[in-house]
Amino acid sequence: MKTNSNRSFYLIPYVVWMLLFVVAPIVLVGYFSLFDLHGNFSFVNYQNFFTSVYLKLTLSSFWYALIITGFTLLIAYPTAYWLTKTKHKQLWLLLIIIPSWINLLLKTYAFIGIFGVFGPINKFLELFGIGKQQILYTDFSFIFVSVYIFIPFMILPIFNSLDKMNPTLIDAARDLGSSTWNTFTKVIFPLTINGVKSGIQAVFIPSLSLFMITRLIAGNKVITLGTAIEQQFLVTQNWGMGSTIAVFLILFMVIIMILTGQKDKGELVNGHNK
Amino acid sequence: MDTTSKFSKLYLTLVFVILYAPIFYLIFYSFNSGGTMSSFESFTFEHYAAVFEDTRLIMILINTIIIALLSALISTAIGVIGAIGIVYLQKRKSRNALLSLNNVLIVSPDVIIGASFLILFTMVGVKLGFASVLISHIAFSVPIVVIMVLPKLQEMSSTLVDAALDLGASKRDVLTRVIIPYIKPGIFAGFFLALTYSLDDFAVTFFVTGNGFTTLSVEIYSMARAGITLTINALSGLIFIFTLLLVLGYYFVTNRAKNPLRNGVPK
Repeated sequence: MKTNSNRSFYLIPYVVWMLLFVVAPIVLVGYFSLFDLHGNFSFVNYQNFFTSVYLKLTLSSFWYALIITGFTLLIAYPTAYWLTKTKHKQLWLLLIIIPSWINLLLKTYAFIGIFGVFGPINKFLELFGIGKQQILYTDFSFIFVSVYIFIPFMILPIFNSLDKMNPTLIDAARDLGSSTWNTFTKVIFPLTINGVKSGIQAVFIPSLSLFMITRLIAGNKVITLGTAIEQQFLVTQNWGMGSTIAVFLILFMVIIMILTGQKDKGELVNGHNK
Repeated sequence: MDTTSKFSKLYLTLVFVILYAPIFYLIFYSFNSGGTMSSFESFTFEHYAAVFEDTRLIMILINTIIIALLSALISTAIGVIGAIGIVYLQKRKSRNALLSLNNVLIVSPDVIIGASFLILFTMVGVKLGFASVLISHIAFSVPIVVIMVLPKLQEMSSTLVDAALDLGASKRDVLTRVIIPYIKPGIFAGFFLALTYSLDDFAVTFFVTGNGFTTLSVEIYSMARAGITLTINALSGLIFIFTLLLVLGYYFVTNRAKNPLRNGVPK
């Protein structure tokens, strides 16, 4: 008991840090959202948010995030699954992770060249007689590059949950006459749903807030919530409106965290009860 | 059975090719004398020479590395102390509250972190530049360090600490000779992750960097917005090698640290 005061001493720098850089910034964003462009207290930003312009923006941002997350999951799940079947799986996993450590800007920049009018993809298309296409600055290029960026972040949690799964369960399902597809949908996928959820969390929230890729690859044609915030803060200097969008983005974030997090707590509890 | 394994190999190869192709594409054209990323004329090192002759770019590179090292060091210190504090917390509720605060910063999109820090710094009066960038990098790295160190602390048996105390170790000894050595792998992992997060960060830095100060990511962004310059390609070649060395170094260090017993025996 006597060590208690000493032990809480450890907490002081950390708690101060968290108050300063987690609580204070969020409070400030909420506070600033209540002021209009001229510094007067008002709810005008919230009224503006519920106009068609911002609602459309929010919807399209969600739509893009949904497509990006969907494709990422579609590509990442089989990759993670077959990675666990390889001989040196940890080495292969490391090789999958390395590209995610290369600076994001450089990878995005590479696609400016690859998708360019004279780039390799267009050369390839010409070879087949399809001719030059405008690939850069389209929805396709935006989604492709985003999926490319996010794939390792989806593979990692799914790989981990697949790796933890008891392989005898699959054998048991097979022995009991389950088909490969049934084994997957009834045994493997439900058991790895937590990995899928954390993968979705790791991809969906960032894709709502992308702003660098929208500028470089989508050429300002795609506006996500992140792009809108950046625009309000750094271009039009309307911090009030920017903060309001940020408040909603934080709200969406919390909702997504609850949706993708709550259940796995329950499952854990069940597991312990057994 | 055989066809699925063939298909799986093909699929994995395809994913690997797609993941690596853009990086090697960048590096390939860094040796192009032509000045574009579409037609390779002849082999040259001139773009690499241009990187090293550009004193401004070198300064930015040094700034980026200083910020990364400093922020990783400081956030590791704060994070390790914080993690020890969290583990010692008796009340489960306050522990969970702190952990969820910790998670908020990890899950928060960069844009939110950047924008809210920009407000914070202007309100408090921190001048935008080196200080603001350093502080924000420390801020988003601390929770990562905590997450990396916490499992190691939790798996440590409390009898170890009791034994040390019974044998007459001071509290300081317990920390520096029992706890810290035990959680070393976690500390290393946290430090390296903080380092890579800092080196990689674009969005947060973009918000809180003023006019005078730039890091590599922000500089690449403004260069890329202006169009294709093969200097960026040469930079990416250098960064790729640097990243590989960092990853290899990390694995070397953690694999050595993984088994403290084995390291202890030869002594």
